[in-house]
Amino acid sequence: MKYALLSDIHSNLHAFEACLDHAQKHGVDRIAVLGDLVGYGAFPTEVVTRCQEIAHSGGIVLRGNHEELIQSHSLNSVLASQSLGGQTAEWTHEQLSPAQRFWLEILPLTAQDDALLFVHASADAPERWRYVEDERIAALSLDAACANPDVHYVFGGHVHHQSLYYRGTGRQLMAFKPTAGVPIPTPKHRRWIATVGSVGQPRDGNPRAMYAVFDSAAAKLTFHRVAYDHMAAARSIRQAGLPEFFAQRLETGR
Amino acid sequence: MTRLQAGSEIDGFSIGPCLHAGGMAHIYEVTYADQRPAPFPMVMKVPRMRAGDGAENIVGFEVEHQLLQVLHGRHVPRFVAAGDLASLPYLVMEHVPGQTLQHVLDQHTEAHTRPSADEIAKLGAAIARAAHSLHQQNTCHLDIKPANVLLHPDGHAVLLDFGLSCHAHYPDLLAEELRKAVGSPPWIAPEQVVGVRGDPRSDVFAIGVMLYELATGELPFGNPTTDGGMRQRLWMDPAPPRRLRPELPEWLQEVVLRCLASEAAQRYPSAAHLAFDLENTDQIQITARGQQVMGTPFFTHVKRWLKAAGMHYQPSPLPSQQIEEVPIVMVAVPHQDVSDATLYSLRQAVARSLGIRPGARLAVVTVISPNQTSASESDKSETSVHRQYLTMLRQWAQPLDLDGHQTSYHVLEASDVATALVRYAEGNQVSMIVMGAATRGLHMQRFVATVPIKVAMEAPCSVILVKSTLPFEQLSEPAQLTDR
Repeated sequence: MKYALLSDIHSNLHAFEACLDHAQKHGVDRIAVLGDLVGYGAFPTEVVTRCQEIAHSGGIVLRGNHEELIQSHSLNSVLASQSLGGQTAEWTHEQLSPAQRFWLEILPLTAQDDALLFVHASADAPERWRYVEDERIAALSLDAACANPDVHYVFGGHVHHQSLYYRGTGRQLMAFKPTAGVPIPTPKHRRWIATVGSVGQPRDGNPRAMYAVFDSAAAKLTFHRVAYDHMAAARSIRQAGLPEFFAQRLETGR
Repeated sequence: MTRLQAGSEIDGFSIGPCLHAGGMAHIYEVTYADQRPAPFPMVMKVPRMRAGDGAENIVGFEVEHQLLQVLHGRHVPRFVAAGDLASLPYLVMEHVPGQTLQHVLDQHTEAHTRPSADEIAKLGAAIARAAHSLHQQNTCHLDIKPANVLLHPDGHAVLLDFGLSCHAHYPDLLAEELRKAVGSPPWIAPEQVVGVRGDPRSDVFAIGVMLYELATGELPFGNPTTDGGMRQRLWMDPAPPRRLRPELPEWLQEVVLRCLASEAAQRYPSAAHLAFDLENTDQIQITARGQQVMGTPFFTHVKRWLKAAGMHYQPSPLPSQQIEEVPIVMVAVPHQDVSDATLYSLRQAVARSLGIRPGARLAVVTVISPNQTSASESDKSETSVHRQYLTMLRQWAQPLDLDGHQTSYHVLEASDVATALVRYAEGNQVSMIVMGAATRGLHMQRFVATVPIKVAMEAPCSVILVKSTLPFEQLSEPAQLTDR
């Protein structure tokens, strides 16, 4: 079974479509969207509609922190923070239909398929949206997930960069920075936790979209960087009247 | 895993006789069980432990299992099949013909002989080329030793046993937070002792240990069994080979001791540089290191010992990136029908190429036609003709600032200039060729394959085609200038 692992799409339809096309060409069987479908970008309705199609055809779609930010009960506190994110959350709230907002609100926080556990942030307390950003937190998340002995792989997003954590010959987790496009052997007798990066808002200075493909039969994980029309995505953000900062972020990948 | 019976069958392979029963694995001859012919003889390697056992030696098999499937080229055994690590761990690979370097060493020990310096250079160059091929694939072997070097009958070396290797594109399963030394004590590099994995110069060190062994019959650092004994190489230079065997040439000692420098930065920056020296032993620059027979003074060792006491782990960059930063640059210098402008422009291009690459090595090459030398006429004898062109090349290079760049000069005899240049670049792991563009005939080049075009098309590396700078071109044609 080949899984496409996509996270942090952030209403970037251009990047999302490019990654889905790329995944289809690589013969992916199942799509997993690991949260943060919306926020920042110009196409919340289209991205949510596409995710609903994915869910209806057997894919996995999880809830991220941005799906909570755009709900009515969160908006007041988000707006009070007077952040740029608050402005896009309010705009996104207005764009989505009540039915779509409800659909986002009841999405699950985690999902399991065979030896794979999917979660937006950290598996030890998914609702706390903790960033899996170093070996220590990765170990907390992995150990919590592996309380279920069936689980050997934990896939998440939230941090907007691609990382793989594993145990070498010692007890501590080791961080590994993957090279895009290289299938990495991840045999099942070990336990692995990966952050798959952000489809719709890369922040490492490279504007290309990030996602990953996991092939469970071959036990190989490939991190991908996909070129897409990021200038068009940035233009759409300006046309929608959203903050200039988010347009520039897509142009520079920072 | 219990020993397999000859005649039994695993995953479509018929098990033959056991060739080797080591501490870590058994090796069997195998054939296809359905009798179909194999493209080459095959062996199956079966570890003694299974993945579930959690024993440390299975990690080595797991690493080899991963790497053998992605490494390619003639310096590694060809991969055939792999069994599932958790249920039926095995590897089927090419059974490469030849004998190990260990076998060669044992034969000499038994016969109380040592290989000649030229034989040692030939063996060392073959092993260095094999190591370089791995480094180009982002892999460091990290356990090169005589038992893991197979000498193919055609003279090239094949490296075996990737159980301790490190591929920069994969998580290093042997790394751990305690940074323990992983390797074979006699050959392990100083930085490996403090837990650094992934520096191609660690393999250069191991080759140096083998060259030392070939030359003297001794191990430069013995076979230490304690951590303290292993750490000795962080600060200590071995006894100069010429102290043990005074008849050894200085160039050989120069090469061996350069490989064995305790700081990686003092060694050859890449295995290709080492291979280059071993193939051009007459051009090796001999320093005090090659001449001395007394060994390193006591106080130097004390100073280094203090420095080594604080040595700790530092991560290494990608091997392929590291060796790309110290390329071998080759410049083809024409010796006839050439304007000063062309020679000047070539020199400028070489200066620019070397200027941004400290440690890069320069090979200055010219090609002469075979009929320029003659066996009968003394002033046209090979040596005197070559000497004449070598002098010309040295003169050409004189204005270059070659401080920090090893430089050598080569006269090739061939009627087909382009092929000679390409073959030379292939044989010496050249990373970049600098040559004149011959722009005069450029409009014709759709129909006639000129030398630069042919080289650019067939070269194994990048080619910089240099155009003559304009002022010189005009100066060399004063008649035209006055006409206008």
